[in-house]
Amino acid sequence: MTSLTAKDKATVKAFWAQVSGRAEDIGKDALGRMLIVYPQTKTYFAHWKDLGPNSAPVKKHGMTVMGGVADAVTKIDDLTAGLLSLSELHAFTLRIDPQNFKILAHNILVVLAIMFPTEFTPEVHVCMDKFLAALARALAEKYR
Amino acid sequence: MGAVRGISFPRAPASRGHPLYRKTRAAKMVEWTDFERETIQNIFAQMDYEEIGPAALSRCLVVYPWTQRYFGNFGNLYNAAAIKSNPLIAVHGKTILHGLDRAVKNMDDIKTAYKELSVLHSEKLHVDPDNFKLLADCLTIVLAAKLGSSFTPDIQAAFQKFMAVVVNSLGRQYH
Repeated sequence: MTSLTAKDKATVKAFWAQVSGRAEDIGKDALGRMLIVYPQTKTYFAHWKDLGPNSAPVKKHGMTVMGGVADAVTKIDDLTAGLLSLSELHAFTLRIDPQNFKILAHNILVVLAIMFPTEFTPEVHVCMDKFLAALARALAEKYR
Repeated sequence: MGAVRGISFPRAPASRGHPLYRKTRAAKMVEWTDFERETIQNIFAQMDYEEIGPAALSRCLVVYPWTQRYFGNFGNLYNAAAIKSNPLIAVHGKTILHGLDRAVKNMDDIKTAYKELSVLHSEKLHVDPDNFKLLADCLTIVLAAKLGSSFTPDIQAAFQKFMAVVVNSLGRQYH
């Protein structure tokens, strides 16, 4: 797919500045949603007893993941280099099938639409979609 | 008879009317829970077609610009603002959204209900069926923005399941 233009990066950074205050809520909701709407993703969390949206580990993990996204925004000019160690983590330790990155990205976009209906315009949507796809590519870099 | 490494394959029959092409499996219907049925009926009963249809289609054209290939004679699609204010796109967005009504009313056999529409999209409109999912995703996001927190994960799951069945049915008659 296409790489991020200067305009894409500016849009992502500007939108992120508006929403970053609620990053934890976004993360919690997106992960919780994903586990319900895409039950196959639960297979990665068999070690948690409760996989409902109000479960403590789910919420905590949602915040962790969103922290990664926030970090990626600061490294938007070179995601591959910036996310190197995270890529190694996902490739060698977590071994999450990269298709799931797309699934989580979709749920992040849904949550952004819910929480920021006015700000999440089509123009912002396309840039965020591209950014999350680029993030996913950087995360999958070390897989094989 | 073709044989590759000891495996032999039957030769494909010359005509598609040959008994080998007959589908003998019983049709498997999609099973809906009461919650899913109610959710879909509720969503569409409250749907503002004038707002949501145009919003979903125009968002699709912006987020996935290659979908504009099907709208060559719709006028100015030069940028997001032009797409958003394009009256032909607005009308068509509403048409498409109403196209879902048939599925809402025939949830127990969406496959049959969409047979003609599938042929239309394949034979006449020549739409790549991958595009159906793109539009479905945009509709999901527009609906999420409209419903806010009442678009709960369970409702999202029901809606996405419904859209997946519609998308699948629209792609069935392609050959």
